[in-house]
Amino acid sequence: MTQSIVVQVGQCGNQVGCRFWDLALREHAHVNKKGIYDEALSSFFRNVDTRTSAGEGIRGGKISSLKARAVLIDMEEGVVNEILQGPLREVFDSKQLITDVSGSGNNWAVGHKVYGCTYREQIVENLRKAAEHCDCLQCFFVIHSMGGGTGSGLGTFVLNLLEDEFPEVYRIVTSVYPSAEDDVITSPYNSVLAMRELTEHADCVLPIENQSLVDIVNKIKQMAYSGKPGAVIKQDSTIISGRGGVSSLEKPFDAMNNIVANLLLNLTSSARFEGSLNMDLNEIAMNLVPFPRLHYLVPSLTPLYTLADVNIPSRRLDQMFTDAFSRDHQLIHADPKHSLYLACALMVRGNVQVSDLRRNIERLKPSLQFVSWNQEGWKTGLCSVPPVGHSHSLLALANNTCIKPTLVELKDRFMRLYRKKAHLHHYLNVDGMEQACFTEAVSSLTSLIGEYEQLDATKGLLAAEAPRLNIAV
Amino acid sequence: MSVVTVQLGQCGNQIGQELFKAIGDDSSSGQGLCSEGQKQAYAACSQERFFFLEQSGVPSARAVLIDMEPKVISQTMATAAKSGRWKYGDQSYFCQKQGSGNNWANGFCAHGPRHEEAVLDLVRREAERCERLAGFFTMMSVAGGTGSGMGTYITQCLRDTYPHSFLLNQVTWPYSTGEVIVQNYNSVLTLSHLYQSSDAILVHENDTVHKICSQLMNIKHISFQDVNKVIAHQLGSVLQPAYTSAVDTQYSRNPLGDLMSSLVCHPEYKLLSLRNIPQMSDSSLEYSVFAWPGLLKHLRQMLIANAKMEEGIDWQVRASQSRPSTGQKGNPSKHLRFNTSLANLLILRGRDVYSADTGGFAEPLLYSSWLPAEVAFNTWRSPKHFNRYEKSATLVSNSQSLLKPLDSIVGKAWNMFASRAYVHQYTKFGISEEDFLDSFTTLEQVISSYTHL
Repeated sequence: MTQSIVVQVGQCGNQVGCRFWDLALREHAHVNKKGIYDEALSSFFRNVDTRTSAGEGIRGGKISSLKARAVLIDMEEGVVNEILQGPLREVFDSKQLITDVSGSGNNWAVGHKVYGCTYREQIVENLRKAAEHCDCLQCFFVIHSMGGGTGSGLGTFVLNLLEDEFPEVYRIVTSVYPSAEDDVITSPYNSVLAMRELTEHADCVLPIENQSLVDIVNKIKQMAYSGKPGAVIKQDSTIISGRGGVSSLEKPFDAMNNIVANLLLNLTSSARFEGSLNMDLNEIAMNLVPFPRLHYLVPSLTPLYTLADVNIPSRRLDQMFTDAFSRDHQLIHADPKHSLYLACALMVRGNVQVSDLRRNIERLKPSLQFVSWNQEGWKTGLCSVPPVGHSHSLLALANNTCIKPTLVELKDRFMRLYRKKAHLHHYLNVDGMEQACFTEAVSSLTSLIGEYEQLDATKGLLAAEAPRLNIAV
Repeated sequence: MSVVTVQLGQCGNQIGQELFKAIGDDSSSGQGLCSEGQKQAYAACSQERFFFLEQSGVPSARAVLIDMEPKVISQTMATAAKSGRWKYGDQSYFCQKQGSGNNWANGFCAHGPRHEEAVLDLVRREAERCERLAGFFTMMSVAGGTGSGMGTYITQCLRDTYPHSFLLNQVTWPYSTGEVIVQNYNSVLTLSHLYQSSDAILVHENDTVHKICSQLMNIKHISFQDVNKVIAHQLGSVLQPAYTSAVDTQYSRNPLGDLMSSLVCHPEYKLLSLRNIPQMSDSSLEYSVFAWPGLLKHLRQMLIANAKMEEGIDWQVRASQSRPSTGQKGNPSKHLRFNTSLANLLILRGRDVYSADTGGFAEPLLYSSWLPAEVAFNTWRSPKHFNRYEKSATLVSNSQSLLKPLDSIVGKAWNMFASRAYVHQYTKFGISEEDFLDSFTTLEQVISSYTHL
C-alpha cells in the first residue's frame, strides 16, 4: 500500500485540509470499527505511540495515536493556531507546522520569493521528515488558493520544491480559484502568476471555483429546508455535512470546504480501500493527461445528498451518472457537455457493478463530445467502500476544453489591471521579482488557452482516419 | 507433465484463481467415468498438471503470482486458502507496493528489469518442483501496466531462460470502451512483443465474455468475477485431461505441446480464440438436454460465421473459398463474412463423446489452401462430464476471427499516435516513437497475414 502526504498552504489550504482530515477520520472510523491500524489508515495517517514518542506503529496493531501525514504552512498564525486549539490538535504535532506572523499581504511575490527563500530549508526538512515516515510515498496533495499571497505564492513555491526534491512522486494540486468579485484586488495577478507554475510543475491540477462551491452549498440548503414532503435529506449524507470524526461545531466556510474535502476523499478512496477495479493515483495522470501541459481536470461530485426515504435505487444510480455531467455539479463554472472531452475518469464508490458503469457510459456517450483520437477516452474505477451516509457516490474528472472560459476570464481580469500597471510596484519592489515574471506568466496562460482552443475547434469535425501503415504482401 | 502458471497483474491473478478453482472442482467429481480407476487416473493427471501435493495434503497450485501492488494478490491468496481444497504456495508470490499506473512502459522498462531476478527465482522454484515440465502458461490483460508491460518482459525472460519449453500466453483484451484510456497503446505494445517471444497467444475479449454473461448466463448485474468465471471455465475445458486420439487410453501427456502442435504450425499465425457450447446458467442447465449433432452443428456455424456464442449466429454464412480482394485493407470485416481457419482443435467432453460426428469440421473448404484438413483439424475427447455439463464442446481456433478486434485496436492506437497524444508518458520510461512504429509494423504484418489466409 502506498502513502500520500498532504501539503496545505495558506488560509484556504489549511481550512480545506482540516476538513479533509476530519472527514477522513470519520470515514475510517465508520469502516474500521475495531480500532486497528490497517493498510487503509496508513495511507494518510501514521500510528504513533505517544508514550515512547517514537516509532511507527505496526500495521494490524491497535491504534494508539494517529498523526496526519501532512505539512501545514501558513504565513499567518491565525488559522494554524485555531487548528492547534481545536479538536484536530491531536493529529498534528508542532514539527509539522511552518508559520510566520506577518502574512503575505495578498502578494504572490512575497509568498513565492520572500517567504520561499526564507523558509526553503525548513520546508524541505519538514517534507523529508514526512517522506521518511512513508515506506512507499506515491503522491503529494497540495491544497492552496490562487487569489491570496501565501497560498498562491508559497504554495507554488512548494510545488517547485517537490519537483526538485521528489521528482518520482506525483504532484496533484487542488487549487481554489477566486470569484470574479473577489475582495482581494490583486487576486488576478496572484492567480495568473500561480497558473504558470501549475502548468509547468504539477502532474494534475483540480481547479475549483469559490463561486461554484457557494452555489452548491446554497442548493443543498434550499433542498434541506424546502419542507417538501419526501424531500427529507439524510443528515449525514450531504457532502456539506460537517459531522466529522472529531469536531462537531460548524464554522463559516466549513460547508464549502467540506465539498473540497469530499473530493479528495473520493479521489483517494481507491488507493485506500479495495474494489473490483482499482484505480491507483498514478493512473490518473497516465490516463487523463494526453499532453503534458494540459493537465487541468474539472471535477464534479454526485450525489450531493441522499434523500432519507429510499426508493427506486437503480434510477437514482443512473441519475448520479447523469448529474455528474450537468453544469450544476461541476466544481468550476463550466459546461463540459458543450465542450470537447480529451478524457474522462469516473471514480465510483459503493455497491456498483461494472455493468452499471458500462450501461451508463453507453447511455451518456451520445450526449458528449470526445476528441477524435480518443473516442473511448474513459477511465473507470470501482471502490467497494461508499462514503459515510451514502450507498454510492461518483467523482468525475474531466479533461475538457470547458476550462477555457475560466482561463480566459482570469486573463481578462489580469489584463485590466496590468494595462494600467495597477499595484505593480508592490510586486516589483520584492527582491527577485521582475516585470518579465508578469509577461512570461501571461504568455504561458495565453498559450495554454490557445492549446485548449485549438482542440476545441476540432469539435464536431469528423476527423479523417490517419492512413494506416502499408504492408507489402 | 506439469504446467507452471504465471499470473500477472490484477486481471491475470483474478482469472488464475478462478481457473484453479474450476480445475479443482472439475477433478473432484468423476461424473461420467465408470470405474473408480478411471476417476483416479483423471484426477491424478489433472493434479500432476496443475497442483503440487504439499506435505499437509492440501494441493498447492503450480503458480507464481505477480503484481506490483499487494491488494489483489493478498485477496487472491486468501480466497484460495479459504476454499480449503487448494491453495497457493505461501512463498510463491511477488508484489511491490506501487502499481504500474496503466503504463506499459513502466512495467516493461522499469518494473520488469528491476524485479527480473526475484520473479525468475520464483518461477525456477516452481519449475524444479515439477517432475516433468510441460511449459509455462501466463495469464495477463493487455490493457493495464503490470500485466501487459511486466508480463511481456517476463515472457521474454522465460523464452531466454527456457528456450525449449512451451510458452502459452492467455491474454484478456479490454472492453472496447473504457477501462483504461491508453489501453490500445498498451495492447499494441504487448501483442507485438509477445508475437516475438510466445509460442501461442490465446485471446479472450471482455466484450465477448460480457455478452455471454448477459445473454447466455442471464446475469443481470455482471461483475468481473462473473466474466472471469466464464473465462476460467473455457480455459479449464481446454487444459483438463483428454485423449488426443480415438484409440488412446492414456491422457495427453503435454497439454501445451499438443495444443501447439495442433494449432500453431506457422510462426506468423499464433493468435488463438476459444468458443464453447453449451454455456448457460445453472438453473437452465438442470432442465436442458443436449445431443451431439445439435451442439456440433451450432459450434461449426459459430466458427464459420465467426460468432462467439450460440445466440445470434448468422446461418446464411457458408464455407467458401476465400478470395482476398484487393483494397480491403483497413476494414477487413466488411468483406470477410466467412471465417477462414488455419487450424482447429475440437475438445469434446461428456457422455457418448465417441459417437459424436465431427466430420463437419474436417471439410477442406474451412481451411487455408496450403494446409490439408487432416492436419488442420484435431479432436480431443474425454468421457468425463466437465463442470456440471453432461456434454460440452470447446473449439480452439487459429482463424481470422480475431482479425476484426485486432484491426480495431491497432486502428484506434494509430489514430491516437497520429496526434502523439500520451506518447510523452511512454518516452519518460524509455519507449521511443520508433519503438511504437516497430510495434505497429509488426501488428500490421499480422493483420495482413491473417487477412490473406
